[in-house]
Amino acid sequence: MAIVFQKTKGLTDKETHYCPGCTHGIIHRLVAECLEELGVLDNAIGVAPVGCAVMAYDYFNCDMVEAPHGRAPAVATGIKRSLPDNFVFTYQGDGDLAAIGTAETVHSATRGENITVIFVNNAIYGMTGGQMAPTTLPGQVTQTTPYGRDVNYSGFPVRVCEMLSTLSGVAYAERVAVNNVPNIRKAKAAIKKAFQAQIDKKGFSIIEVISACPTNWGMTPVEALKWIDDNMIPYYPLGVYKDATEKGVHAE
Amino acid sequence: MAEKFLMKGNEALAEAAIRSGCRHFFGYPITPQTEVAAYMAKRMPKIGGTYLQAESEIAAINMVLGCASTGARAMTSSSSPGISLKGEGISYIIGSDLPCLIINVMRGGPGLGGIQPSQADYWQATKAPGHGDGQILVFAPSSVQEIVDLVAKAYDLAETYRMPAMLLADGMLGQMMEPVEFPEVEPAVHDKSWALTGTKGKRKPNIINSLYLQPKELEDTVKARFKRYEIIQEKEVMIEEYKMEDAEYAVCAYGAMARIVKTAVVKAREKGIKVGLLRPITLWPFPQKEIAAYGPKMKSMLCVEMSMGQMVEDVRLAVNGSCPVSFFGHTGGVIPSPAEVLAEIEKMAGGAN
Repeated sequence: MAIVFQKTKGLTDKETHYCPGCTHGIIHRLVAECLEELGVLDNAIGVAPVGCAVMAYDYFNCDMVEAPHGRAPAVATGIKRSLPDNFVFTYQGDGDLAAIGTAETVHSATRGENITVIFVNNAIYGMTGGQMAPTTLPGQVTQTTPYGRDVNYSGFPVRVCEMLSTLSGVAYAERVAVNNVPNIRKAKAAIKKAFQAQIDKKGFSIIEVISACPTNWGMTPVEALKWIDDNMIPYYPLGVYKDATEKGVHAE
Repeated sequence: MAEKFLMKGNEALAEAAIRSGCRHFFGYPITPQTEVAAYMAKRMPKIGGTYLQAESEIAAINMVLGCASTGARAMTSSSSPGISLKGEGISYIIGSDLPCLIINVMRGGPGLGGIQPSQADYWQATKAPGHGDGQILVFAPSSVQEIVDLVAKAYDLAETYRMPAMLLADGMLGQMMEPVEFPEVEPAVHDKSWALTGTKGKRKPNIINSLYLQPKELEDTVKARFKRYEIIQEKEVMIEEYKMEDAEYAVCAYGAMARIVKTAVVKAREKGIKVGLLRPITLWPFPQKEIAAYGPKMKSMLCVEMSMGQMVEDVRLAVNGSCPVSFFGHTGGVIPSPAEVLAEIEKMAGGAN
């Protein structure tokens, strides 16, 4: 009998620990499918973050290393400088990438480090139980902004793709979402494009994925997906923020 | 006979690392270790290696973590305040069982402190290089030649036992110029089947990780690491015993400080005081047994350091009350002079004979 569908080889058989309705599972699958379809799974080295995806090393079916909180791009840099022909990606959340790891993110990007960052933005610290993240929306209630995020007191959310798109080392930056089927399809295409940019040695690439956290948002999974459309996407518009994949970022 | 070069300590250190197979250096500028990075920046591009200036000490040590996880000989170099920043990464490298080489050219502290030579990071290096139960190998050279010899040794042992190694030097040693020769030895080859290289479709994925959420699993992992530490303490201790054969008194000192003490020991001997020098070359593993054995034979011991007294605690623990142990030192970049040390030896011996 012909096989019409099967699970990607890019994921292990391990059951994930993610909450019901969490979209990490979808993003894992998209990343894994892209690794397999581009033929880089056997050559890939992934870097897991600190946060909800801390155990990503159990789920991706390739060599993996666990980085200290926020340091994944520095760890990936060390790997890539040692093995420039291996495929190297990081998988990071918003606290990891845009708070404690801001320096590592910005500088690996501006160096044009030939790595790919998968940045999962769910506007909250999930693993520690729902505190304010650098990407928490104005007015959003979290454990540490119980009266809603007051931007005059706690500051404004960080728009990562917009910020990084100003840097010369960035070959590709796109923001996508995984809250409905058309968006998921676009997200996969974006991840594939970013991965291809690395394979072609074009420079730093980042895909920001707007993701749901029903548990810490205090919503049902369906409400959470709708909340992305109503609140997240207006503040974090989807689209391509930088595309230098034609020429690449490195000087001749 | 290998060729002799006249080199600065910091430059000899960098060259020794390259000759030991290091091709990846990740650094961040800080005085007084600048020459290490500058030498690497000049040499690495010529030999197909990496010199990368990181955005911070934190990033540099994490680049070392990533690079070491591929099985390559990675290195970073800094000075006291920078080593504090590396503490996080060092702990993760310990917890991930990765080998690497870390240089600390010590300066005075705490805080920004000063930039003059110091030994005030002994506790940090030997007791708590990062959070959690764990150790790193700590070597304390006292000459430029010994820097060269210990760099090769440090990489070899780091890979044998899969743990970070630190060379603890000070600005005096780093800036000192001495003749040095590089032994013509091929770096030892160790099993790297744990390294991340991509599975190539031929093996299961390798995972490098320091997270163990099950308490029992974490305890077992730490205990297994401490079993290795026991072997290291048994097999890898290095100490120089100078004029100890007939000694009644011993002075303990390490690194550049030990050279000054040596001068004072020779002068004291001229005055008829039977004194010798005990110089730990490995600070971890500490020469606990060796120093303990001297305890009952000595009338008294003196520990001399460029700090307020840190190694002296390990000396006291080692002799465990079998002889009195006094301390003399300066800190903040003030260097004890041979005359001062001689006066302390005379005081210990109850005046010149």
